[in-house]
Amino acid sequence: MFDTLILSRIQFATNMTFHILFPTISIALGWVLFYFKVKFNKTGDTIWSDAYQFWVKIFALTFALGVVSGITMSFQFGTNWPGYMQTVGNIAGPLLGYEVLSAFFLEATFLGIMLFGSKRVSQRAHTFATFLVAFGTSLSAFWIIALDSWMQTPQGFEMINGQAHATNWIEIVFNPSMPYRFFHMMTASFLTVTFLIAGISSYRYLKGINLTGSRVLIKLAMTVAVVLAPLQIVIGDLHGLNTLEYQPVKVAAMEGIWETTKGAPAVLFAIPDESIKTNRYEIAIPKLASLYLTHSLDGEVKGLDAFPGATPPVKPVFFAFRIMVGIGMLMLFTAGVSFYLTRKSKELPKWFLKTLNAMTFSGWLGVLAGWYVTEIGRQPYLVNGVLKTADAVTKVPANMVLGTLVMYIALYLGLIVSYIWVVFYLARQTNPMHIIDGQKSGLTNSISGA
Amino acid sequence: MVPNLSEPSGWLPLFFLVAMGIAMVAYVVLDGYDLGVGILLNQASEPEKDTMISSIGPFWDANETWLVLGVGVLLIAFPMAHGIILTELYLPVGIMLAGLILRGVSFDFRAKAHLSQKAVWNFLFFFGSFLAAASQGVMVGREVIGFDSGYLGWIFSFIVALCLPAGYALLGASWLIMKTSGELQLKAVGWARKCLLLTALGVGIISVATPFFSSAIAAKWFNLPNIFFLLPFPVLTMACFVLIDLNLLKMQRDKPAQVWIPFALSVAIFALAFLGIAYSMFPYIVVDKMTIWEAASATESLWVIFWGAVIVLPTIIGYTIYSYKIFWGKTEPLSYY
Repeated sequence: MFDTLILSRIQFATNMTFHILFPTISIALGWVLFYFKVKFNKTGDTIWSDAYQFWVKIFALTFALGVVSGITMSFQFGTNWPGYMQTVGNIAGPLLGYEVLSAFFLEATFLGIMLFGSKRVSQRAHTFATFLVAFGTSLSAFWIIALDSWMQTPQGFEMINGQAHATNWIEIVFNPSMPYRFFHMMTASFLTVTFLIAGISSYRYLKGINLTGSRVLIKLAMTVAVVLAPLQIVIGDLHGLNTLEYQPVKVAAMEGIWETTKGAPAVLFAIPDESIKTNRYEIAIPKLASLYLTHSLDGEVKGLDAFPGATPPVKPVFFAFRIMVGIGMLMLFTAGVSFYLTRKSKELPKWFLKTLNAMTFSGWLGVLAGWYVTEIGRQPYLVNGVLKTADAVTKVPANMVLGTLVMYIALYLGLIVSYIWVVFYLARQTNPMHIIDGQKSGLTNSISGA
Repeated sequence: MVPNLSEPSGWLPLFFLVAMGIAMVAYVVLDGYDLGVGILLNQASEPEKDTMISSIGPFWDANETWLVLGVGVLLIAFPMAHGIILTELYLPVGIMLAGLILRGVSFDFRAKAHLSQKAVWNFLFFFGSFLAAASQGVMVGREVIGFDSGYLGWIFSFIVALCLPAGYALLGASWLIMKTSGELQLKAVGWARKCLLLTALGVGIISVATPFFSSAIAAKWFNLPNIFFLLPFPVLTMACFVLIDLNLLKMQRDKPAQVWIPFALSVAIFALAFLGIAYSMFPYIVVDKMTIWEAASATESLWVIFWGAVIVLPTIIGYTIYSYKIFWGKTEPLSYY
């Protein structure tokens, strides 16, 4: 029933889904820590050093999970998708290479100094190490998003004997969808972290831990969110228009538009049915999709029927898009309410703190849904218009792929549960200062002539 | 078989072969010692475990990055071979990744989770380290014999799979001799001696068995006059083993000894073994099937990454040294403050 292709796709999606959770947090959290550090250096207020000490632990844990799941990714290309490197290796190779050379070593090496070196180097050097780690994670995001975007909107290359050869590296790196996707993801990372910080701080506040500090962090996080949530909607809209220009079939799947229409409606809810190529139980607002996609009430929107044989599976793209937008709206609404409540009184009501706590990991859902839209929406291609996913897959027998897939799923489920559990466990510690990596061992004397 | 080396299409693949070699030796030595510490973890008492982990805390993350660089160079410079090799090594790669994931996260979880769970994470740290090392052993074995699928080939691969963890444990024990003191250091000396024996056994078996699997490799080593030029390889390797053992004996008898010698000489053993394997395989990247020039990327792509590597690699080596200098000396308990 399951062949190597579908199993490899599920496996890649599983690995990617697990991996992206952690960089999504560490990209923005690195900068947040740098902010805490600078703020403490300037004011000397222990609120900021306490915030740094607490969040750096979550950062360390998150970073470790990101690194190990990232190593898995670097092997997946070869083990499951050999056709990918054989066809576009000349483009993908250097982009991945620059990610490793410019970002991975930088962040990994200075992480050691950032985490454990504050007594061994000057404050200035420690602040700089924190900066380099944050910079490294963002740089890494830049390279990998450049590559992903190139797979969506490839340019700057020519095909010679079935292999892509680079003709213009600037065009390859700054391909049409790259700037939109990069800023969309960076903003998503910051939104995820603002809600993580607000959620955990609310949890601590409700438990009566570090009241002043928790209140300051909730306010800071929600102030950033109230700016970023609307900004993200604008960036997302621009990204969507870019997709409409370069990958119209993806937009058709996102909107659930089966036939090319003038004055296309915006489908709020429906269950797309691929067998009869129509939507069931559709609730739609007439002409709205034409309005926001073409900026004209009667503008023509291409439907899925315009791309025979090259359409992605509609259901997952359609629903994932609605989940992403839903989370975005929920974040906007929550940040707005928080803004209103904090202006009214200093103390946030209990029900609102509970709401924030419930939304601790809401960013994860939005980010995953968004990536599902863009990656499933690119199907059946692996590199849009250049290489089909089915043509890149390995010849490894299906049962072997099934074996590793089951192993990964078991491992990831265990780890995600442990991660969330430990994050809340750390949050319950009244004095997180006491948690150190490796307790004193009492070994003092050295043997032999060292 | 060897193209004109004055052309970029000739020497660039060679450059990347050397770069990949450096990355892999760096990986094997650096992650080798921290995997080795993990493999030895269960032999120690509870407080010693903390010291052992503290000794590798600031480094393991960057150490593991060399693996990404090694497989990265394979992927970037030799995309044709990358697919073939990793498809052949599908299962050991999967198991290695599971091992690396387990140990990487255990490192953090053991210190941050509730105390009652610490033993579980300690065990997973050991188990993950061993699993990663053993599957890397299988990978080396499979690659050296050109993925020979007969049962002798598999027996050979499993022998390597048992010896590589011993070799890593040797590196780990020698690392601990440098970084710790007192009782733990003495224990490490004992571990190092045991691992030394197992490593020597492994290197011996691999050296003797490899030529049997490929007549080409046998010819490269045993034809005249090659055998004379190559004699220093086994002689130096044996000398390293003997010198390490003498040095460890001195430590056990509490005589003056340099604590860095076992580690330095273990590194030399790994480097010699790697050069030996590289010599056996060259110019093939997939034994008897594909040379490095057949597997190489387009020259224009190699140029792009060549300049990056020439500029960035020395920088990486520079700040890696800086980081080791910061944490120089005997290990202290790690703290975030």
